[in-house]
Amino acid sequence: KEQKDFVRKVSAGCRISFFLSFAAVKYRDWLSCGRGKLTARERILLLLDPDSFDEYDMFVEHRCSDFGMDSNKNKYPGDSVVTGRGRINGRLAYVFSQDFTVFGGSLSGAHAQKICKVMDQAAMVGAPVIGLNDSGGARIQEGVESLAGYADIFLRNVLCSGVVPQISLIMGPCAGGAVYSPALTDFTFMVKDTSYLFITGPDVVKSVTNEDVTQEQLGGAKTHTAVSGVAHRAFENDIDALLNLREFFNYLPLSNRDPAPVCECHDPSDRLVPELDTVVPVESTKAYDMLDIIHSIADEREFFEIMPSYARNIVVGFARMNGRTVGIVGNQPKVASGCLDINSSVKGARFVRFCDAFNIPLITFVDVPGFLPGTAQEYGGIIRHGAKLLFAFAEATVPKITIITRKAYGGAYDVMSSKHLRGDANYAWPTAEVAVMGAKGAVQIIFRGKEANAEAEYVDKFANPFPAAMRGFVDDIIQPSTTRVRICHDLDVLASKTQSSPWKKHANIPL
Amino acid sequence: CYPLLKGTVAVLKWRRKERMFLEGEKIACRSSQDSYCFFSRQTFEKLLIANRGEIACRVIKTCKKMGIRTVAIHSDVDANAVHVKMADEAVCVGPAPTSKSYLNMDAIMEVIKKTRAQAVHPGYGFLSENKEFARRLASEGVTFIGPDTHAIQAMGDKIESKLLAKNAKVNTIPGFDGVVKDADEAVRIAREIGYPVMIKASAGGGGKGMRIAWDDEETREGFRFSSQEAASSFGDDRLLIEKFIDNPRHIEIQVLADKHGNALWLNERECSIQRRNQKVVEEAPSTFLDPETRRAMGEQAVALAKAVKYSSAGTVEFLVDSSKNFYFLEMNTRLQVEHPVTECITGLDLVQEMIRVAKGYPLRHKQTDIPINGWAVECRVYAEDPYKSFGLPSIGKLSQYQEPLHVPSVRVDSGIQQGSDISIYYDPMISKLITYGSNRAEALKRMEEALDNYVIRGVAHNISLLREVIVHPRFVQGDISTKFLPEVYPDGFKGHKLTDLERRELLATAASLYVAEQLRSQRFLGTARIPVAKSKRSSWELSVRLGDGIYPVAVSKDGSSFSVEVDGMKLNVTSEWNLASPLLSVTVDGTQRTIQRLSRNASGDTNIQFLGTVYKLQILTKVAAELSKYMPEKAAEDTSSILRSPMPGAVVAVSVNPGDTVSEGQEICVIEAMKMQNSMIAAKTGKVKAVHCKAGDTVGEGDLLVELE
Repeated sequence: KEQKDFVRKVSAGCRISFFLSFAAVKYRDWLSCGRGKLTARERILLLLDPDSFDEYDMFVEHRCSDFGMDSNKNKYPGDSVVTGRGRINGRLAYVFSQDFTVFGGSLSGAHAQKICKVMDQAAMVGAPVIGLNDSGGARIQEGVESLAGYADIFLRNVLCSGVVPQISLIMGPCAGGAVYSPALTDFTFMVKDTSYLFITGPDVVKSVTNEDVTQEQLGGAKTHTAVSGVAHRAFENDIDALLNLREFFNYLPLSNRDPAPVCECHDPSDRLVPELDTVVPVESTKAYDMLDIIHSIADEREFFEIMPSYARNIVVGFARMNGRTVGIVGNQPKVASGCLDINSSVKGARFVRFCDAFNIPLITFVDVPGFLPGTAQEYGGIIRHGAKLLFAFAEATVPKITIITRKAYGGAYDVMSSKHLRGDANYAWPTAEVAVMGAKGAVQIIFRGKEANAEAEYVDKFANPFPAAMRGFVDDIIQPSTTRVRICHDLDVLASKTQSSPWKKHANIPL
Repeated sequence: CYPLLKGTVAVLKWRRKERMFLEGEKIACRSSQDSYCFFSRQTFEKLLIANRGEIACRVIKTCKKMGIRTVAIHSDVDANAVHVKMADEAVCVGPAPTSKSYLNMDAIMEVIKKTRAQAVHPGYGFLSENKEFARRLASEGVTFIGPDTHAIQAMGDKIESKLLAKNAKVNTIPGFDGVVKDADEAVRIAREIGYPVMIKASAGGGGKGMRIAWDDEETREGFRFSSQEAASSFGDDRLLIEKFIDNPRHIEIQVLADKHGNALWLNERECSIQRRNQKVVEEAPSTFLDPETRRAMGEQAVALAKAVKYSSAGTVEFLVDSSKNFYFLEMNTRLQVEHPVTECITGLDLVQEMIRVAKGYPLRHKQTDIPINGWAVECRVYAEDPYKSFGLPSIGKLSQYQEPLHVPSVRVDSGIQQGSDISIYYDPMISKLITYGSNRAEALKRMEEALDNYVIRGVAHNISLLREVIVHPRFVQGDISTKFLPEVYPDGFKGHKLTDLERRELLATAASLYVAEQLRSQRFLGTARIPVAKSKRSSWELSVRLGDGIYPVAVSKDGSSFSVEVDGMKLNVTSEWNLASPLLSVTVDGTQRTIQRLSRNASGDTNIQFLGTVYKLQILTKVAAELSKYMPEKAAEDTSSILRSPMPGAVVAVSVNPGDTVSEGQEICVIEAMKMQNSMIAAKTGKVKAVHCKAGDTVGEGDLLVELE
């Protein structure tokens, strides 16, 4: 009898869930208002390999009894989130997808409990957590239980940080306390025109500061990818975002216990890249595009850039070298001469720390004229923020390969994964200039402008890689076209690198 | 080592060696330092090339063969150019604009003095037909590799060259230029010339007010209109009545002459496929000429060369009408761009001959030695967008570049390499692609293969147009004229039109490529802590968007090949699926195709170059395709109220200010790029909201120029 009951319950549940998914389709028009939002389940369907989704907690219901919530018509099996695990290109991932069709995706105690369950398991097993956020905020009817639910999730976000990669894809509104969960995860992606992230909405902003601002201006994809730096990338629509997320997932190791993944690669590791011999312009003041270098060196010219529209004077992102995932950091001479400022230091530092936490080797391309001077930068705390990048590179124990393509001036030379910060392989191209500063400034300080030909002498002495190479601060001066070959060989050797830092509870990065 | 040559034995040896060398034996290459010196003495020790790009490289190659040291000149942006690297020495002559560098005679003369170059090869363009340059070189005692100043001057003048040609009994276009009394006289003149004739006012430039008369009646009418127009519009009664050449072909004769009065004709080149008077496809020989016409043209060309005491290589251009009457057009006193096709069929190295002749050697061939061996076709590969009036220049960095040299009997003359910049300062030619075969069909087949195997990324290129031309039935039959492109593509070139079969092939290839990529992204090397789930999937239902159509495609894996169902037809697709290679050889149901996948992204967008044309496809799984119906269309920019630059270039003039009212079709600004001025017009009537450019600005393709309200 017990068994019979169970079967009946399950089949009832299945019927309901079938009905729900049918209802969801009908709901779509209502919910998306023609904006192209998919349902929670459709999103999972696109994100995961076909037939690989194992759902958890389909029968969980919310436990609120106030305000008529206990009536049957206000109870939905599974509540406002779909959770479970599945495979992306065969590799395990834990997923939760908030369902806007149920109470606007609002977070109830049960909802939070479901999310916590998959996060706990993900941390235990060692597999990434992907959150598809689409929620109106706290379930107001539940009061503090909902807040407690947020806190439970935040705690797990923090505990999982550095253990398994956590990715948030914002596919709808995400406001108030809810925003801190994406903020705690490693990567936050957004969907253009349909997703918003803000602490307080436009109405509250208006009443408090009297600012007139739209949702899009306040917390749309453009704001967060270009201005605030909260989100790491934005995609055109739901489908575009989910398909890109699948591709992005292939770059990541499953946890901090796994090495960086190695994919089958058809691009020969000994491929010479002749165009690099001429990529750096003859005049040292002329800009070039660091992305040209990165694309030509990476496997099949593929580079998944992180934060492409924010602090564009530094380029960070993932690529593969001979199939193995690497993190690439490069100064971008095309934007603000590639100098380091507050935003670029923070952007670089966070990326370096992610790579270090998840065993992803770091390749750094250096063309940096120094830190950006000025009161705006000093008042903003460039010292503190610049120190973050320095800290991140120094702390990192993953394989570190550095190529100085042109300028490596002043303190910025030290910061950009120099030999002195435990760089494993530091190379310079023949165009490299490793010096304390540019010749003009240096001569003014040394000679107070009295020596006419001192500038030429300084250029002669320091506008080349030899002083650094003679001291062993760069390991070799290499023909640019051989850069890919050198990096691939080094990565093979450094795969078995072990390096440790003194025991500590945790370091104290200058936040 | 020159004195060593004294004595009979030495001289005999020298003669023998010279002959061997000239027969093409590369003695200079394998011999010691001595003989290197020995051979360079034969002509020059050091030669300066006053040019850039492919022609500079072309000349340097021959110089290397002949053991001549080379000096390249370059502008500052060309410091890393291929010709600079190839030459033994290179000197910068100024900044990027040609007037300050490659046309800067003072700087070039300075370099000649400094490097002690004994001779200068001017290539084509730039200073090649500049008599002042030739004169200055002569006064410095430096040899100009080309004809002497007299010939340059005589042939450089349109009227004088025509007169000279007439005197040398070369056919010129018969015509009359002067006051025509009445219609009867017009008819008399027209009959003398022979119908059809062209009548227009002498003062009217170009083809303005031109009327064509095929009989007496039309001549009278033409006379009436043209004389009225001449009087009213120009206040000048003179009329021009000239033979009208219907369906003209542009056929030119290569001549080679020495300083001893010898001259040869090296057969013809057919250069009729042109756009905006610039040649695109050339071939030798021409399908149109019979041996008699060829000889007649050749002999007249030689007669003209002798008449101006021509020495060096030159080209006599003719217009040929449909009944094989040919008329002298002009003579180019330089090496032509399309000289390689002549070299292919005659086996001569024209640059080498030019250098020998310039040194004063007599020609070493007789007219009877000049063969026509096989067939050669040349395509000019340009960095330009053929979809905009058969080619508007494009600039950028060649991010990937691979010449199809693995295809047999292919010659590529280029002056660029992977990573080179195509800039707005110079001609946007990427290379000359020449194929050779024992007959025309073979040469064309190879050209097709070569074009498919040519990898050019980073700039737009005209491969699609070239490939369409060489397979067009009219071209294949040899039915061409200078109006070929506008006649065949009256609405502009739109790319290859896929047949149903070709479309299926493309869809099947794209779908297979997608599945191969998907399968690869599931293959991880090494053993993972959590095992990777092995997919047992062997069939995929996809939806491919191509142009306006969406096609369901079913792919199933069948061992190493894919079986693809499109439109209810099954196709078998096999390939090595090397996804990193820029060229992909795919066999679809037994037909081998070389395709190029230019780009792909996670959203399924794929650009594939198939039969020369780039097709944009989007490949999604069936599920994703169904859901994508719900994705909103992003509103496209309203293009009528904004004006963007269609190509990179410099703004020459802006004729509006913010607040002005412009009417539809009114000129807003003029953009100049690579020898061309383009007038940008308003797409609608309205008020100018903002002007984002000013005269003298450099703009990129797609840059916003002017906004209307």
